[in-house]
Amino acid sequence: MTDAAAAEPLLRLTDLRYAWPGASAPVFDGLNLRVAPGEAVFLAGASGSGKSTLLALIGGLIAPDAGRIEFAGTRLDALKRAERDRFRAEHLGVIFQQFNLLPWLDPVANVLLGCRFSKQRGERAGDRAAEARRLLAAMGIDEAGFSRRADQLSVGQQQRVAAARALIGRPDLVLADEPTSALDRDRRDEFLDLLFGEVRAAGSALLFVSHDRELVDRFDRVLELDPLKARGATC
Amino acid sequence: MLIQLARGSLSNRLFAVSLTVFTIAISIALLVLVEQMRSQVREGFQRSVSGVDLIVGAPTAPVQLLLYSVFGLGDATANVTWTTYEELAKARTVDWAVPISLGDSHQGYRVIGTTAEFFDRYRFAGGQNLAFDQGEAWTDLFDVVIGAQVARQLDYELGDQLELSHGAGNVSLMTHAGQPFTVRGILAPTGTPIDQSLYVSLEAHHAIHIGWERGVPRPGSGLTPEQARAAEAELQPDAVTAIFIGLTTRAAVFGLQQRINDYPNEALLAVLPGIALQQLWRITGLAERILLVVAGLVVLAGLLGMLTALLTTLNERRREMAILRACGARPIQIAGLLLLEAFLITLAGLVLGVLLAYGLQLAAAPWLLAQFGIAIGAAWPEPTLLLVLAGIGVAGVLVALIPATLVYRRTLADGMQVRQ
Repeated sequence: MTDAAAAEPLLRLTDLRYAWPGASAPVFDGLNLRVAPGEAVFLAGASGSGKSTLLALIGGLIAPDAGRIEFAGTRLDALKRAERDRFRAEHLGVIFQQFNLLPWLDPVANVLLGCRFSKQRGERAGDRAAEARRLLAAMGIDEAGFSRRADQLSVGQQQRVAAARALIGRPDLVLADEPTSALDRDRRDEFLDLLFGEVRAAGSALLFVSHDRELVDRFDRVLELDPLKARGATC
Repeated sequence: MLIQLARGSLSNRLFAVSLTVFTIAISIALLVLVEQMRSQVREGFQRSVSGVDLIVGAPTAPVQLLLYSVFGLGDATANVTWTTYEELAKARTVDWAVPISLGDSHQGYRVIGTTAEFFDRYRFAGGQNLAFDQGEAWTDLFDVVIGAQVARQLDYELGDQLELSHGAGNVSLMTHAGQPFTVRGILAPTGTPIDQSLYVSLEAHHAIHIGWERGVPRPGSGLTPEQARAAEAELQPDAVTAIFIGLTTRAAVFGLQQRINDYPNEALLAVLPGIALQQLWRITGLAERILLVVAGLVVLAGLLGMLTALLTTLNERRREMAILRACGARPIQIAGLLLLEAFLITLAGLVLGVLLAYGLQLAAAPWLLAQFGIAIGAAWPEPTLLLVLAGIGVAGVLVALIPATLVYRRTLADGMQVRQ
């Protein structure tokens, strides 16, 4: 595992400092973190430990107060906001804890949202509609479900549709924010099997945030967020 | 791409969106209706008087003279003597002078006593001649020529007999009984009050009123049709209600009007129909402006309704915004989505409202025709109205700038996270 981390990283956060506007204490003060291409990383942390803030920083939704975010050779922190949005559309897939889908769209249209805001990503997907259907099928959604409204699907199905959306157009990195916390144990394992299969197939790296330590065996590397948050800690 | 999302989002909230669209549509319909009716009614009045240079009657308000002589609205208060008519007809600049006598009706339709020259001289809709659809002008003393609407509504054909009533209006207590008229001619439709009228000769009008000098028939004094026909040569009225005058040259109109108004033998009023109409529009103009202001306020209320509807959806839509953000949508695109939705709502309201207005206008047309003899059609909106409608479309988007700005700020603050 350390071999992968030692190679030229896909994502490197260096001496990152961030405080929410108006907050007295920074969330991060000197955070360092690396993810290698194709690596599956489990990021463990209690709720309120800044996981969502970290994902927002990596996603380019907020800019760090200090430090560097390098993603696939690009200095994310140096980009303008619109450029960060474009970068996210092209290189990232995101899965939330729940409520991932636009309820009035069918699963195919929801998956297509993943490559709607980036031309390159759309091109990588090839025949988008066919790719969306392939991913949905690979994530275990049967054809009959393709034409239903997303809010008529079960929670487990919705999470799998969300994974398909995150994966369309083979992003470099999939950010997953506690995607299994709304699922029971069987659904969770089924979801992870399918997710890992497709993440590997797409060659994407996976940064998986969770407090459910039962899952750690599946990952290449496990990181604890709390010790990383302040200067001096190593990854 | 955004338009698909906007459409999907709108159809997801179909009921609420429909209500909003309908509110806007009703307000637009009101505005269009007020404006269209105004221009159509004006045009209808305008087309009813063409080719008449001066209308002469007893002194009254110019608008009133125009209304009772041409549109059959209201009553004359006094008459013009026959001597005056003859003198005016002989005046140097007068090309023709057609007298009319009012005061009778038939089943609510106005009966006009006039001369046969009326059918040749009267013009409507910018210079069109009156034409006979069937039959011809009077040949017998007790012949009547009827307008197209009268023929259609009362189902009269050539040769049918009818009796006239004394006085105007639907309910008339006195009839000119025993003096039936025969339908001799039916005029082609004009879309003017002509269609609502019946025409008899001045002599016939005079004949049936012999013995009515006090407003009611003196017993035993009326003429039988046979007596009247025998005395036809002597049936010359003492007075007429009004005189339509055409001039040899329009340049003479103000000079003649001045001379008539200063007429030494009798108090007279001469009006130019066009100017009297302008006065009428000045009177109705205030009411029209008030209606327009009200309609404008209703449109504003409609747009504010849309604003409210958009604002109330913002909270429930935060999650959707976060999803779109996660997929790489820029805040400006998400704000644009909201503007697009507002534009689609306003556009739908505009289209529906205009259709509604035209529907109502077509529905009201028969009533206007029956009441005022004014034919209105579904004319293409005037350029100013189109401009106003376009302005409302723009206003709809401008109003939506408020929620769009809120969304823009909020997406920036929220990131991918839905903060409650």
